Amino acid sequence: MSGEPRPCVDSPTEPGVAPAPASLVRMANQIASNAAHKPHDVAVQRTADHLREFWHPSMIRTLESYVASGGEGLGPIALEAVATLR
Amino acid sequence: MSKVRQVDLGTPAVPGEASVNVVVDGMPVNVPAGTSVMRAAATAGVDIPRLCATDSLEPFGSCRLCLVEVDGRPGTPASCTTPCSPGMTVRTQTPRLEKLRRGVMELYISDHPLDCLTCPANGDCELQDMAGVVGLRDVRYGLDGANHLDGATDDSNPYFSFDDSKCIACSRCVRACGEVQGTFALTIAGRGFGSRVTAGAGESFMGSECVSCGACVQACPTSTLQEKSVIELGVPTRSVKTTCAYCGVGCSFVAEMRGDEVVRMVPDKDGGANAGHSCVKGRFAWGYATHRDRQLEPMVRERITDPWRAVSWDEAIAHAAQGLTKIQAKHGVGAIGGITSSRCTNEEVFVVQKMIRAAFGNNNVDTCARVCHSPTGYGLKQTFGTSAGTQDFESVAHADVVVVIGANPTDGHPVFASRLKRRLREGAELVVIDPRRIDLVRSPHIEAAEHLQLQPGTNVAIVNALSHVVVTEGLVDRAFVAERCEADSFAEWEQFIALEENSPEATSGITGVPADAVRRAARLYATAGNAAIYYGLGVTEHSQGSTMVMGMANLAMATGNIGRTGVGVNPLRGQNNVQGSCDMGSFPHELPGYRHVSDPAVRAIFEAVWGTTIDPEPGLRIPNMFDAAIAGRYLGMFIQGEDIAQSDPNVAHVKAALGSLELLVVQDLFLNETAKFAHVFLPGTSFLEKDGTFTNAERRINRVRPVMAPKCGKQEWQVACELATAMGYPMDYAHSSEIMDEIAATTPTFARVSFKRLDAEGSLQWPCNDAAPHGTRIMHVDGFVRGKGHFVDTPFVPTDERTNRNYPLILTTGRILSQYNVGAQTRRTPNVQWHHEDVVEIHVHDAETRGISTGDPVTITSRVGETVLRARVSDRMPQGVVYTTFHYPGSGANVVTTEYSDWATNCPEYKVTAVELAPTSRVPVTDEEMHAQHQPVAGRS
Ligand code: SF4
Ligand code: SF4
Ligand code: SF4
Ligand code: FES
Repeated sequence: MSGEPRPCVDSPTEPGVAPAPASLVRMANQIASNAAHKPHDVAVQRTADHLREFWHPSMIRTLESYVASGGEGLGPIALEAVATLR
Repeated sequence: MSKVRQVDLGTPAVPGEASVNVVVDGMPVNVPAGTSVMRAAATAGVDIPRLCATDSLEPFGSCRLCLVEVDGRPGTPASCTTPCSPGMTVRTQTPRLEKLRRGVMELYISDHPLDCLTCPANGDCELQDMAGVVGLRDVRYGLDGANHLDGATDDSNPYFSFDDSKCIACSRCVRACGEVQGTFALTIAGRGFGSRVTAGAGESFMGSECVSCGACVQACPTSTLQEKSVIELGVPTRSVKTTCAYCGVGCSFVAEMRGDEVVRMVPDKDGGANAGHSCVKGRFAWGYATHRDRQLEPMVRERITDPWRAVSWDEAIAHAAQGLTKIQAKHGVGAIGGITSSRCTNEEVFVVQKMIRAAFGNNNVDTCARVCHSPTGYGLKQTFGTSAGTQDFESVAHADVVVVIGANPTDGHPVFASRLKRRLREGAELVVIDPRRIDLVRSPHIEAAEHLQLQPGTNVAIVNALSHVVVTEGLVDRAFVAERCEADSFAEWEQFIALEENSPEATSGITGVPADAVRRAARLYATAGNAAIYYGLGVTEHSQGSTMVMGMANLAMATGNIGRTGVGVNPLRGQNNVQGSCDMGSFPHELPGYRHVSDPAVRAIFEAVWGTTIDPEPGLRIPNMFDAAIAGRYLGMFIQGEDIAQSDPNVAHVKAALGSLELLVVQDLFLNETAKFAHVFLPGTSFLEKDGTFTNAERRINRVRPVMAPKCGKQEWQVACELATAMGYPMDYAHSSEIMDEIAATTPTFARVSFKRLDAEGSLQWPCNDAAPHGTRIMHVDGFVRGKGHFVDTPFVPTDERTNRNYPLILTTGRILSQYNVGAQTRRTPNVQWHHEDVVEIHVHDAETRGISTGDPVTITSRVGETVLRARVSDRMPQGVVYTTFHYPGSGANVVTTEYSDWATNCPEYKVTAVELAPTSRVPVTDEEMHAQHQPVAGRS
């Protein structure tokens, strides 16, 4: 175990101060899974509300462009939630 | 001498209305039933001589000095043990009493070394005082008979000594250790003339169970138990009331001084949080404030590999301001930010977040509360409407059942633990929910009714199971819920929690806790009368920390355990001012008073006062800052009094982030781990120099008063103001009280708070406003802050951090009594004698299968890093779980913790890391080796 930081995969197109999509994907999925026991549209709404209330705009923009480029790794609730943020 | 001697009325106050009239030496006085004659007399202004009585302890009646005469009664009863009865007429000074008292004193003095003039307690000794008061003029018995004058001195404790030759066997120390501290380390061994104070089973103080709280030293009427600082420096000559800067209990102290040197810290009897008690840290471990390692000059350097260069304040501030401004010009307004500290005063924190929002022009401000209690803020706000605990500490004295979840109060919050233990000895029941068998589970005179020893990471499953029992066994307080809570969210929650998947039977496979134990605990809690929850970081530092906080709030609401004394949901806050730093707007989405930045009305309040516009969007959280720094988009940072390179999880990641910054400004007492990455170092002030307020876990705002001038020449808030000004946003206050005035003017929960009112009232618990001008002891009494209580469904979602073949053990972390967090302060005091290195505790079975014995160095490996610690084989941990502390930078507990965090707040998941342990020939890194990695200061050897 080297203790070195893992490489950051980042979108070269997105300016701002957002962290790398990999960690944003993980966080968004985590928010979604804590809402997943609700009916799908409620879960999507809750996830979107949480992102809007607590996330830095550049994080949201980064995630949006990540979704635009396929959104690999994002679960269905998180994926839809990001789409409703526009 | 202007030293304040705290008033001592001889025996404890008795609660209730004054209803009994007595006359003492012709003075009428009215006291509550059950009050002792001694206390009634003292209340009337008549001091009865005494030695074995003091008002922090129950009366004992052993010294026979406090005898009085009562009209119509035979004999001379001891006034400390005689309760007042209606119409009693008491005489405290008669020829008979005078003779008796002189006889008693003569016996004491005949067995006491007569070295008063050279005794360290000269002028501060009750025996000396009493000899004067009773008019003792000669001692007829010589020193030829049997005596104790050759008694030995026990110097084993670093902070106080025990000189047996001076002991009068009054037993105050023994009772203080039992009644006040609850440790029961002392006894009186032997009988009659042979009675002697003994620590443990005849060991030294350090060898016994003594936790060095100092209650015995404070209670001792003679110099037998004496602070070594008093022996060294002499008795104090002046005193200043202030507040401990260690933990979130927030104990009040009287700093007793000689000139600008602290002689001792004496817990303040009037302290709202501590009522005259303290722990080893607050009472004794303040020496770090004058430690030679303190960095007192500002310093700069171009690169972090350069040596430091000491410069003037002006140069350091100009350097920082230019650097930050340059980054913004090149990379945008959002490319810089800062972190406020929970160790600093409310005023210092307010000014730093103001600097970031107004001078930096963004909301990239976060605080170390992110890594401890941010889920508390989120969870309690969602359910109750406010981000704070519901009770004062005194409330625990009225609880019938206490549930302690993920907290270890005897180590982490010792003075609260003493209050709790007192209540448990009186008969309240205790439920402990913790993977580790903490001391509270079984300690002298205390035994938990249930210890739910769950697997780390399964809190939510347990709280759901408890609520499931409440709902399905008809234990809901329907009247409370109907009147005080939302009908629809309750109905939804009730349906959710009643699902079979939440039953104790279904969850026991997840939690490892037998279903019947969960059922018993739930019934105990729900039917207690008054049931209270106290919790710590074992709740919050999980991937579902916020969910768990809401789960506890649901449970409390469903059983009606909110809104009165003796109940509630109470976070035990880690750092002294973590409540305050959150209150002061340290989060990127909230302005002071927990109001969202997107609310134009709230922004307008601050914009009017600050004369600038505020960004309506939330800023970056600490982990986002790190990620953004590594991505090359966040380049400048101001860190106030935090050692994130030691305290934050996955330090390799943190260090990589810090190492990618173009400009890091660190303000601290010491060159800490984070400062290794800094370009500008600004010296800070210790609590002995600060002038401001701390807010403790009870929402109690306490004054921190300077006992000496700032050693670095400036208050920290002045430095932030100068930096903001140098960046083009002028900030200026004549005194820190003006900062509190600005807080009060902009933050409704603080509307009636000012230094003047704090000085007059001692302390104030927020909300303190027109509706509650004297503050608020208990929250949500007539209604929740948000209106109706809101229930939230809390499905259990397992953490992504899983054990597997490579990492089969779960590492969880905590702290111990004598050390404090990253140890920057306590490691620089004699507290190291109790804990000189972090160790990893491992279950005997796990140790055996790996060939590990106590004392062996072992590697701890997680998927992000590896460190070396010594092992301690222990039966406190369940099999499969290992435990360590993070007080020493070299031990690198956070080298192995991961970046996983709470879903709602990003509070790191410190309490669950999958690891493997293996014996190694490497040795743990020492403190000295860590220190040697700092670059030198140019021109200094
Ligand atoms: S210092 Fe505290 S724990 Fe130790 S013997 Fe005295 S009262 Fe007991
Ligand atoms: S040590 Fe002090 S308090 Fe304890 S019995 Fe002796 S004189 Fe009393
Ligand atoms: S309990 Fe906490 S606040 Fe009180 S003295 Fe100890 S460290 Fe200080
Ligand atoms: S003070 Fe009352 S007997 Fe000692």
